[in-house]
Amino acid sequence: MYRAKIFVKRRKSILDPQGKAAEQGAKLLGFNNISKVRIDKSIEFFINTEDYNLAQKESDEFCKKLLANPIMEDYELVLEKFR
Amino acid sequence: MKIRFGVVVFPGSNCDHDAYYSVKQLLGNDAEFLWHKEHSLKNSDVIILPGGFSYGDYLRSGAIAKLSPLMNEVTNFAEKGGIVIGICNGFQILTESGLLPGVLLKNDSLKFACKDVFIKVTNKNSIFTKSLIKDYLKIPIAHGEGNYFADEATLTSLKANNQIVFKYCNQDGEVNSLYNPNGSIDNIAGIVNKTGNVLGMMPHPERVCNPILGNTDGVGIFKSIMNSFK
Repeated sequence: MYRAKIFVKRRKSILDPQGKAAEQGAKLLGFNNISKVRIDKSIEFFINTEDYNLAQKESDEFCKKLLANPIMEDYELVLEKFR
Repeated sequence: MKIRFGVVVFPGSNCDHDAYYSVKQLLGNDAEFLWHKEHSLKNSDVIILPGGFSYGDYLRSGAIAKLSPLMNEVTNFAEKGGIVIGICNGFQILTESGLLPGVLLKNDSLKFACKDVFIKVTNKNSIFTKSLIKDYLKIPIAHGEGNYFADEATLTSLKANNQIVFKYCNQDGEVNSLYNPNGSIDNIAGIVNKTGNVLGMMPHPERVCNPILGNTDGVGIFKSIMNSFK
């Protein structure tokens, strides 16, 4: 079995209004050194196979077809063997 | 000839009855609700993807709805030239399913915008606008994620093919970023696909069809569709 950890990140060129709001919050808290806040998504799931290539292929297609929208987001996929 | 409108219902749709009532009771067409798990459009001539929060907008607005069995039928129908109109969440579903380019991001204000806005008709030759008499319409919006975004190449192509149908404007029809309620690129409120048979728009024309509500600016969009069958 493999565990997939996915990080879906909004492209840098696209405004992240939630990040902007959190950054505003940092300023209100007095954290003046904090900037460029981005709020991304972290997703985890398991793939019930011992075949690394198959796990990689299925996870990647899942990301492409549903978890990330390629128009506005990039994703990173990390696979770990899970016992 | 009576035109048959199919109104798709997803779990979380909440403008389906408004759309059904407008096209059937007010405009005299046939209409039928189409549950998202069905596999047939039941001989519909026009498909409406209504507003709401399909699947609670989980993951991204419209992202799960695009996987519904009925959406395969809608895609086939659209690819064969069938007329499809996606309103608000329906627009989000159309972009997620790839029937329209671009994406709808969270409003730049971070707030849910619920108010009347004015939209300028920037393409009067489309199936959806050719019977409109006015140059701009007053139509309500109600969305948290209506901030239309497309990359530069897509935007250039939208302009070159005259696919931008509605832009946010003021009460005199002036298009300016001051009157943009959500941060949409180029003030875009509605677009059609390259072949012109699929429209996505954030404002709700189905909510302004009944004269007792004091505004019937939405009627012309449905009448344009009806006239395209004559």
